[in-house]
Amino acid sequence: MLLSLPALHLQTSEYHPLFQLPHGRLGPWCSPTGSPAPLSCETGCGEGSWILVCRLLVPTQVSLLSMEEDIDTRKINNSFLRDHSYATEADIISTVEFNHTGELLATGDKGGRVVIFQREQESKNQVHRRGEYNVYSTFQSHEPEFDYLKSLEIEEKINKIRWLPQQNAAYFLLSTNDKTVKLWKVSERDKRPEGYNLKDEEGRLRDPATITTLRVPVLRPMDLMVEATPRRVFANAHTYHINSISVNSDYETYMSADDLRINLWNFEITNQSFNIVDIKPANMEELTEVITAAEFHPHHCNSFVYSSSKGTIRLCDMRASALCDRHSKFFEEPEDPSNRSFFSEIISSISDVKFSHSGRYIMTRDYLTVKVWDLNMENRPIETYQVHDYLRSKLCSLYENDCIFDKFECVWNGSDSVIMTGSYNNFFRMFDRNTKRDVTLEASRENSKPRAILKPRKVCVGGKRRKDEISVDSLDFSKKILHTAWHPSENIIAVAATNNLYIFQDKVN
Amino acid sequence: MFARGLKRKSAEDGEDVEGGLAGAQAMPSYSLQRQSLLDMSLVKLQLCHMLVEPNLCRSVLIANTVRQIQEEMAQDGTWRVVAPQAAGRAPLDRLVSTDILCRSVREQEGERPGPDAGDGHTPDLVPGLATVPSAQALRSPQSSLWEVDSSRENRGGFQKSLDQIFETLENKTSGSVEELFADVDSPYYDLDAVLTGMVGSTQSGHGSGLQAFSSATAPPPSSSCRSDLGELDHAVEILVET
Repeated sequence: MLLSLPALHLQTSEYHPLFQLPHGRLGPWCSPTGSPAPLSCETGCGEGSWILVCRLLVPTQVSLLSMEEDIDTRKINNSFLRDHSYATEADIISTVEFNHTGELLATGDKGGRVVIFQREQESKNQVHRRGEYNVYSTFQSHEPEFDYLKSLEIEEKINKIRWLPQQNAAYFLLSTNDKTVKLWKVSERDKRPEGYNLKDEEGRLRDPATITTLRVPVLRPMDLMVEATPRRVFANAHTYHINSISVNSDYETYMSADDLRINLWNFEITNQSFNIVDIKPANMEELTEVITAAEFHPHHCNSFVYSSSKGTIRLCDMRASALCDRHSKFFEEPEDPSNRSFFSEIISSISDVKFSHSGRYIMTRDYLTVKVWDLNMENRPIETYQVHDYLRSKLCSLYENDCIFDKFECVWNGSDSVIMTGSYNNFFRMFDRNTKRDVTLEASRENSKPRAILKPRKVCVGGKRRKDEISVDSLDFSKKILHTAWHPSENIIAVAATNNLYIFQDKVN
Repeated sequence: MFARGLKRKSAEDGEDVEGGLAGAQAMPSYSLQRQSLLDMSLVKLQLCHMLVEPNLCRSVLIANTVRQIQEEMAQDGTWRVVAPQAAGRAPLDRLVSTDILCRSVREQEGERPGPDAGDGHTPDLVPGLATVPSAQALRSPQSSLWEVDSSRENRGGFQKSLDQIFETLENKTSGSVEELFADVDSPYYDLDAVLTGMVGSTQSGHGSGLQAFSSATAPPPSSSCRSDLGELDHAVEILVET
């Protein structure tokens, strides 16, 4: 059992109030007396409680046309479980994000497209289909561009998507590539006006002489149409590549961060942004550190953090000064001298930083570990989790094939009790902060049938390899899970593996 | 299949003090690994994807690694240069390999340069500084002088090439590849001079034979890689004749 079980023995239909997980099942992890048995990775099935809900392929351009025809007949999502053997580069998923209710899941890919999935509505007849996501909307967010001054292409790859909290019937999201942020409005249209006097049903003008009566146009239901329109384009503010965007809790501003600068935007103003952090040295020859990620505090609209390539995190307060070059707090863990190597700095570079939902903690991901920091303690993290420490002896090869520069993301679950991050070989890892248990799962076609329970995986470090284990040298480093997302309130996760999107949920009895 | 990660060994210092040869032989794998790491890093820095702007974070991290290795090598005193006697045969290889590096990056992005004439692995910008028997360098009476001069120069050369790369990354105008090399033409020459045991144009040289070398490889005022290659060819001819 992955997540912690309380000592109470509840009914099988009961859900844990916090984790919303079933428990109380008599199984290897729960003895009849009610006290949970210690977790053992060697036990057989019934071990992990994560099941594959669906595997979605980002629809390609060709299938996009047929998909729009099928939108009103999208009862079954099986049409998206195609067994494509090809995977074009443009289909590689580059970002995944749930919206604030978890009803929508957005993905961005290398081809500049955004695909939004919507959760299947619960129905009495098909209760087992709860948790499945279907394609809701697809649109081309960014196009490839060419910078004529520098003679360089600007990639259309979507680096990040962030949802705005819903304030009316439409959904809003920010999507960004290396240079430009766009605000998209996604809205539904399910009614259309009928009965115009001057136009007929096809929109052609009628001859006024033929009109004998007047009528009031009425709205009649039509097939659901989801349309996405770009409402704002925030361009020309970044010299370097944008790596993060973050919506402020005031819902009026957001920030975009590139390698050397962070800009603050107002949603209504696209031709100006305010620079709040600038670490570009006067002399570029002295450049030794770049910004790698940034995020606003979830509740305090004046605070934000940004991480660097040297493994440091800075908390800044916008009330202190207009240009937040001086941090309010500086988080850095002293280096472990016994682990020092030429790669120490590279593997300490933080690839992702995320505030907990509570706002009390931040989580950082560097190449080999995930760390949880208490905002009140700057000198070291409160928790460190090893993601794939077996790679520590392979750093030289990983440097050679550039894998050491892979930027893994990390996510919190809704209650901040479990953290998740990706690894290689399509593995992803979850760490329970309370029980200190962790599990490695795999997102792959071969190993998961729909509704089958995911089997925990184990990497064998050396010596004898057991039957189900995989040795370090057999890991496929081209299959990396960089992007994952966790539903804001339920135990549903989205895992992006190249061009596949896997959705897993906790098993429901 | 996988090489071990590099780690510092504090016991190394004591051995190096005794005698460079003994030290180098006692810890050849570490120096060699460090050397190949340095080569790899330099290649990574310069073989950028020239259609899309290179990833600044990656470049900064690699550059910091290079600086770190460089500093350690300078500290250890292993920053040795090939003695002039040994420069006859070997430098030809090095000139060729630099030429290949230069040419292949210019032609297109991402293609790895062909194998070095001498070694089997990736072409060396600082090739075989460790593999060339350091005993020769030691025995040569000028070796210590070379060490000091070359280490200073090489450091400057490396530093300059790193800085040039950052500046070019920032100030790209047109024809980014040509631009990248236009800015680094003199450091390339410094690098080359050091590799082949020749002194740069700023120094007066340490031997009559070297005078000829230094004049032959003085950095030309032109700013295109092609003219640099022309000079390179000229230098090769001179070396072949001598």
